[in-house]
Amino acid sequence: MSKEPAAPPFTPPDAPPALELRGIDKRFGLVHANRAITFSVAAGSIHGLIGENGAGKSTLMNIVYGFHRADAGEIRVHGRTVDIGSPQEAIATGIGMVHQHFMLVENFTVLENVVLGVEGGAFLLGGLTAARAELGRLARNYGLEVPLDTLVSELSVGLQQRVEILKALYRGAEVLILDEPTAVLTPHEADQLFSMLRRLRAQGKAVILVTHKLREIMAVTDRVTVMKQGAVVAEVATCETTPRRLAEHMVGRAVLLHIEKRPAQLGASLLTVKKLEVCDRLGVVRLKNVSFNLRAGEIVGIAGVAGNGQSELLEVLAGTRAPSHGEISFGGCDLVREQIDPRARRALGLAHVPEDRLRMGVVVEFSAADNAMLGYHDAARFNRGGLRDEAAIRAACAEKMTEYDVRPCQPELRLAAFSGGNQQKLVLAREIDADPKVMLIGQPTRGVDIGAIEFIHKQLIALRDAGKALLLVSVELDEILALADRILVMNAGEIIGELARADATEEKIGLMMAGVRAEASS
Amino acid sequence: MSAPVKLPRWAELGVLPLINLGVALVLAGVIIKTLGESPFAAFKLMATGALGTQEGIGYTLYYATNFIFTGLAVAVAYHAGLFNIGAEGQAYIGGLGTGLVCLYLGVWPFWVILPLAILAGAISGAAWAFIPAWLQARRGSHIVITTIMFNFIAAALMTYLLVNVLIKPGQQSPETREFSANAVMPAAHELFAKIGVTIVATPLNLTFGLSLMAAAGVWIFIWRTRWGFALRVAGANSTAAVYAGISPPRVIVGAMLISGALAGGLGLNELMGSQHRILMDFPSGAGFVGIAVALMGRNHPVGIVVAAVLFGALYQGGSQLSFDMPKINRDMVVVIQGLVILLCGAMENVLRAPLTLLFARLHGGKDTE
Amino acid sequence: METYTLIVLLLASTIRVATPLLLASMAGLFSERAGVIDLGLEGKMLGAAFAAAAASAVTGSVWLGLGAGILTAVALALVIGYACITHRGNQVVAGMAVTIMVVGLGPTLGLAWFNLGGQTPQLDGVGQRFTGLVWPWAQTAREVPLPGLLYAELISGQNLLVYFAAGLVPFSAWIFYRTRFGLRLRAVGENPHAVDTAGISVNGLRYQAVIISGVLCGFAGTYLSTAASSGFVRDMTAGKGYLALAALIFGKWRPWPTLWACLLFAFTDALATRLQGLILPVVGVVPVQFILALPYVLTVLLLAGFVGQAVAPKAIGMPYSKEK
Repeated sequence: MSKEPAAPPFTPPDAPPALELRGIDKRFGLVHANRAITFSVAAGSIHGLIGENGAGKSTLMNIVYGFHRADAGEIRVHGRTVDIGSPQEAIATGIGMVHQHFMLVENFTVLENVVLGVEGGAFLLGGLTAARAELGRLARNYGLEVPLDTLVSELSVGLQQRVEILKALYRGAEVLILDEPTAVLTPHEADQLFSMLRRLRAQGKAVILVTHKLREIMAVTDRVTVMKQGAVVAEVATCETTPRRLAEHMVGRAVLLHIEKRPAQLGASLLTVKKLEVCDRLGVVRLKNVSFNLRAGEIVGIAGVAGNGQSELLEVLAGTRAPSHGEISFGGCDLVREQIDPRARRALGLAHVPEDRLRMGVVVEFSAADNAMLGYHDAARFNRGGLRDEAAIRAACAEKMTEYDVRPCQPELRLAAFSGGNQQKLVLAREIDADPKVMLIGQPTRGVDIGAIEFIHKQLIALRDAGKALLLVSVELDEILALADRILVMNAGEIIGELARADATEEKIGLMMAGVRAEASS
Repeated sequence: MSAPVKLPRWAELGVLPLINLGVALVLAGVIIKTLGESPFAAFKLMATGALGTQEGIGYTLYYATNFIFTGLAVAVAYHAGLFNIGAEGQAYIGGLGTGLVCLYLGVWPFWVILPLAILAGAISGAAWAFIPAWLQARRGSHIVITTIMFNFIAAALMTYLLVNVLIKPGQQSPETREFSANAVMPAAHELFAKIGVTIVATPLNLTFGLSLMAAAGVWIFIWRTRWGFALRVAGANSTAAVYAGISPPRVIVGAMLISGALAGGLGLNELMGSQHRILMDFPSGAGFVGIAVALMGRNHPVGIVVAAVLFGALYQGGSQLSFDMPKINRDMVVVIQGLVILLCGAMENVLRAPLTLLFARLHGGKDTE
Repeated sequence: METYTLIVLLLASTIRVATPLLLASMAGLFSERAGVIDLGLEGKMLGAAFAAAAASAVTGSVWLGLGAGILTAVALALVIGYACITHRGNQVVAGMAVTIMVVGLGPTLGLAWFNLGGQTPQLDGVGQRFTGLVWPWAQTAREVPLPGLLYAELISGQNLLVYFAAGLVPFSAWIFYRTRFGLRLRAVGENPHAVDTAGISVNGLRYQAVIISGVLCGFAGTYLSTAASSGFVRDMTAGKGYLALAALIFGKWRPWPTLWACLLFAFTDALATRLQGLILPVVGVVPVQFILALPYVLTVLLLAGFVGQAVAPKAIGMPYSKEK
């Protein structure tokens, strides 16, 4: 991604920082979420805040925005100590936040969403007229054009995000916090966002970019703070560091950015997909003309920004959603025409590790043992004479837990008490244990700590070496590049390009993710 | 204690409901006091009326039988993620089925009539639950509203049938003729007499035993079979259910059919066991007591049986009240019922937090010593 | 001409039956639009009916009765609110619980205080009921064919609460769509997180909605015992609270469509009274129970078919907690 020449900061050099945190400390019960954090952002700069899941960055920003109160420490805005007990107070001191999950009312118009809370009077008419004028001014200054009278539900994700930014600016934010803003944007939309951020910087605003994407940090920030396990472990100027060094700060040791693996030993084609098409309830096409095949002994990676049809593809293959057209050949059947349900697909040898395990893959209120056989609860090995064989169920779970190092090794414990990484390992163990021929995997390491990530990756490679076919969907390009033998890139519901691993580079994939088809090379 | 503190299971199932009941009784006591009567005297009357005599115990268990059936009905639906407010109507129509068998097959021997009556009651009750279930499963119509509507429709239907169709010719009151001798449940005192034990005659009958069997059956089904597992998964997380190869619409309909069938058991107790004919409004609110019983019993068969007996005692004790305290009658029991539902159902979070803290302190205190 | 008279009389009857339904529906509208399911409409109405009749009987003033009715319904609404908003309890259960409680408490208090088997004393004194207000020239207008009868029977002669209910609909619409409070109320029923981040108290808004619901239920219950009848009797709401909820759902949680739904249900009821005993061609005598069941059957049919797509406020029924 190209960088525009950095605009000179707006503030005189000896002005106090726009936002300064001193000694911010916060505990939640026994979890020490923030340890004496010191953090400062100058006006007219873009400051990155990076760290793994659980590093404490969300907690810190939530304290700044008034969702929590710190146990100790102080917050200063433009040199003035402030006490922020609620989002309203944060807004009053000039702090605005754009959350990862938008806080918009879907069936209100853009205008109504922006004015909610600052309507300018008990009767709407006057306030709305004034708001329109002000929003027009903001749009011109910062390039934030959005149609004011359209329902939010009808806007694209990128435009919805603009509404969020407008909300903050409309309320006079001088400090703008963005939490994982590019998680749902295409690369083009992300670039537009960065241009907007640079304009904000030029106008003297302080921008805090909370992200885990190293590439973004390098692209647009002036300084970056790294957090790990609740503490600040590094704070540097962006131009003086590299992604590798930042990653090492985040994790604390040299990170393997790729895994040793043997070349793929390909076998027969196990799953073939032909011209798959999916429309959602509103008639919007989600998958268009998707065709590919999976061969034994390979990992095929599906790369792409979230929301381009990958989820629908997994659901159709797993049987939790019906396609409108197309064919899926597996195990000698056409899964679509014969309307084979998820249970029967499992019996044929198709396993599925869902993208969102909490929503789809487990029942958190149930025990680990129950979850370890979810989807296989009809199997003969778990039932005896019409009743469940509780001993067998528990034993099978304990076995999985030892093999996959799931802690604590207590089959009777509610799954909610396990960490994300342990939950994911159990889900993986469950699906692998069924000895499938083909495995569908979505976001295998989302919300998983680094130790578990390495373990899971090793398991997937082992499966592939054992002659299984794996379809891996991930928004983490690094993961795709580390694991896949063949990479398919999805954009707007179509497979826009295919690359063998050896030919794949981040640039090529990035272009395809953005919708640019690979030209026939000469 | 390092993990987020939760109540141990026995406390969640046993202590918390008792505390909630206690608070309900205290509040009821306050109301009784403001009406000018002594709460202690009232509760003592209720207790002795319910459990102090053989007759009282008999009536208590007889009432409890109805509540066990409706409580189980609500609980089964609850585990599938559904609120079955329609147990009242399902019991009503279920009783119709049982009653019709008794009326028209009355010449056959008892041991033939009994299974048929049970079957008819179950099928009729299930049938009444079917439409709301199907509408929820296929159309997304909110089952709470549809089952409430079906309660009213059942009342209208039964009124029509009892007034115009099934009424015993030549009489004024809208009820059928009496069942023949083969078509009545053996009463408890009759059964005990057969083994030489004499107890006071009450409406308590064989159905009480059947209700306990039903409770056992529900327990086995929900927690010990794979269909019960599928039902619980669908109730807890319907997306995960689809993923696991379970069909939520099928579970919804299946669970409601079972629920309606259980509610239908009420007819065995009331009609075959006590009234020996079909009459108007014989459920008389048992469907709603079932909600209280299920909530208090934490939707577990053991809890339900205990809660049902408790409510049976309240009902029996309540009727005693109206004899000795003219100012207070059985309506007071309905008030207690509402309070129990409020505390065990809607306000369960209120008392859970202090109780959990108490437990943490007790355990934490032990650790530091 | 006779048909016209019949229609006007039917309409007049419809209005009388629709009034408590409409008041209760509007009550439910405020609560549900804010995200709190209002299954306690029946209980709040019944409680208000008892309180209004009791107060009117004891004090001799129907206005004090109205006040008592409103206070009672609001108190009940606050109980539900406390359980569901502050303590995030189950809203369906809370509504049912309060209703059941009131079903028992009304007759209990009635028996203890008035010793009439659970009822309140007859309200036959002057000023103890809401009576019809006759508009000027109503008597003379009656002679004028067509519009005169309409004026005399339909518009004139209704009691105060009917006019209040009629005015309530445009007023509610105005509140929802033209005021800041209405905007926030609608927002909190769709996305409480958005409201919270905007610095507005979610619980505060919901409590206000629930209190408004209580006030309107107070009017509804008072109407039942002091306008439509002359005292409280056991179970006098007879399911009207649930019917009001059904009307609200038909009306897709919007004021004007809800009004039409209430009128439709009330019309069915009015028709039932007229059709009783009447012999229709082909069908013969329509059983009265069938007619009485008609609104409920209609509700189910509409829930099954047409209203299946009605979109409830997005966040309805879900207790709000700050964690994300």
